[in-house]
Amino acid sequence: MNGTRSPLQSLAIYAGALLILVWSGGPFLWQFSTSFQLDKMLTSGSPSLIPHPFTLEHYYNAFVEKQLHRYVWNSLVVSLATTFLCLFVGSLAAFALSRLNIKGRFGILMVILSVSMFPQIALVGPLYLVATNLGLLDTYTALIITYLALGLPLVTWVLFGYFETLPREIDEAARMDGVSVPGLLWRIILPMSLPSLVTTGLLAFITAWNEFLFALAFTSNIDRQTIPVGIANFTNLYYVPWGDIAAASAVVTVPLILLVLFFQRHIIEGLTQGGVKE
Amino acid sequence: MSAAATIPGIGRPRRLGRALPGALWALLLLTPAFVSLASVSFYPIVNGLYLSLTNTSLITQEQDFTGFSNYVELWGDPQFWNAWWHTMWFTTASTVLETVIGLGMALILCEAFKGRGLVRAAMLVPWAMPTVVTSKMFGWLFDGQNGIVNHILLNAGLIDQNINWYGSPDTAMTTIIIADVWKTTPFMALLLLTGFQTVPNSLIEAARMDGAKGWITFWYIRLPLLMPTLLIAGLFRALDAFRVFDLVYVLTGGGPADSTETLSTLSYKVLFSTLQFGYGSAVSTAMFITEGIIALIFVVFLVRQIRRAQ
Repeated sequence: MNGTRSPLQSLAIYAGALLILVWSGGPFLWQFSTSFQLDKMLTSGSPSLIPHPFTLEHYYNAFVEKQLHRYVWNSLVVSLATTFLCLFVGSLAAFALSRLNIKGRFGILMVILSVSMFPQIALVGPLYLVATNLGLLDTYTALIITYLALGLPLVTWVLFGYFETLPREIDEAARMDGVSVPGLLWRIILPMSLPSLVTTGLLAFITAWNEFLFALAFTSNIDRQTIPVGIANFTNLYYVPWGDIAAASAVVTVPLILLVLFFQRHIIEGLTQGGVKE
Repeated sequence: MSAAATIPGIGRPRRLGRALPGALWALLLLTPAFVSLASVSFYPIVNGLYLSLTNTSLITQEQDFTGFSNYVELWGDPQFWNAWWHTMWFTTASTVLETVIGLGMALILCEAFKGRGLVRAAMLVPWAMPTVVTSKMFGWLFDGQNGIVNHILLNAGLIDQNINWYGSPDTAMTTIIIADVWKTTPFMALLLLTGFQTVPNSLIEAARMDGAKGWITFWYIRLPLLMPTLLIAGLFRALDAFRVFDLVYVLTGGGPADSTETLSTLSYKVLFSTLQFGYGSAVSTAMFITEGIIALIFVVFLVRQIRRAQ
């Protein structure tokens, strides 16, 4: 934004940028490197960022001993189901709020958004009792129903913000052509909102993929436990298996990071359009 | 034409059958979202409020109405106040640090420099990572014996011997705050950055023409204009920090010697270890009330800020 910078200012900016880069990427880089190092190298007292000798032992332990793939499968089922449900329910609500002239729609949006700030620990007890009574403990269903409600506020909010940017002339034209209300949503608004749907879908997916508290309370065996619960329980009897944990961390985080990096522009835009920009 | 439009029944009789009035459609489309939020968010809050007035326990299978006795017990429970203070300290320290550091990061990102895209991309890494993974990762980084942080600090001569970061009551909370600041600051910075970008460049240029130095334009132009963004971002951050659970539960479990016990971890233990759902609900309801007060304070500030701007 300014062409005139003294060398000292430039230096300060680059130093700051480097600092941010190391801050953000450094810890995970070390975790990633750890996952390829032998235990005896990790405890040798002279750590090195380059794994030498290189080993896949920790990945073997994570998958064969700790059955990581079963947690991954559970997480995939729960997160994908949550994502699609969130998009479905969220787009219906956002569409109604944006297009159907509802009185007090901003009030409704504020209520929806404030729900996402409820302390989850206040929800988990009563929901646990409900799940017990309905026989839903140790089921995907309980997690999916809960995560739908956790993801819904943000999904609705972001989709609402996006729908608001679509010109209203489209609605008029569609109405002239005799398109019904669901037709307007399904055949016109949604196809135009694909970028936003991808972003919000990703947000819902991340919410479900990373959630820990409810998964911890509602599931008690490996058939239904998700990744965060699995990794939290990664301990050996006499020592902490840092290498195995690092391997598991890499497996569950790297795909997420790639997804986020791929869609980064959309994510930042999507998250900030509704919330903070005036 | 206008006649046909005002009397839709004449113009297109075929469509009348399946055309519901707009209000009914609105209701229909909002219902799934309402049902979801009502059953998973509002019902538990109300039910929790009721449970907190009972002696519900999954062990004794009792569920009698006991009035405010849980709250009386809570008021005199040192464990509760211990957790309350820890939570307040955690919330304040992490929110302030994240806002200040995030502001610094955002200021750097405002400038044009080579590799800015890479830096912005890297900043999403901590945000996207599952909190449980962050927690385990900090467990390894700050390990008392072989942690890389101790190694670096020792080699730099900043400490004489290994610090038992989260294994000692003196430093455990600090470690958790560091982990939280690491995880959430970059995202805060990205939010503030979009706030900065809405400040018109012409305003800053004009100030510069008048001879204002960098920090003066920051202090008198950019910061005041950023204030609403800063307050909203701070509010969401504070409310989120207040309910911290994953980080503490996985890294220290509330220990050592309860030095990192927060309201969420305490509630969880009372609920699921002792199975006292009545008393546990009182803890979580007290937490809900505290959170409401925090939100209220922020909103009052925000409203005042907006009024002053007008």
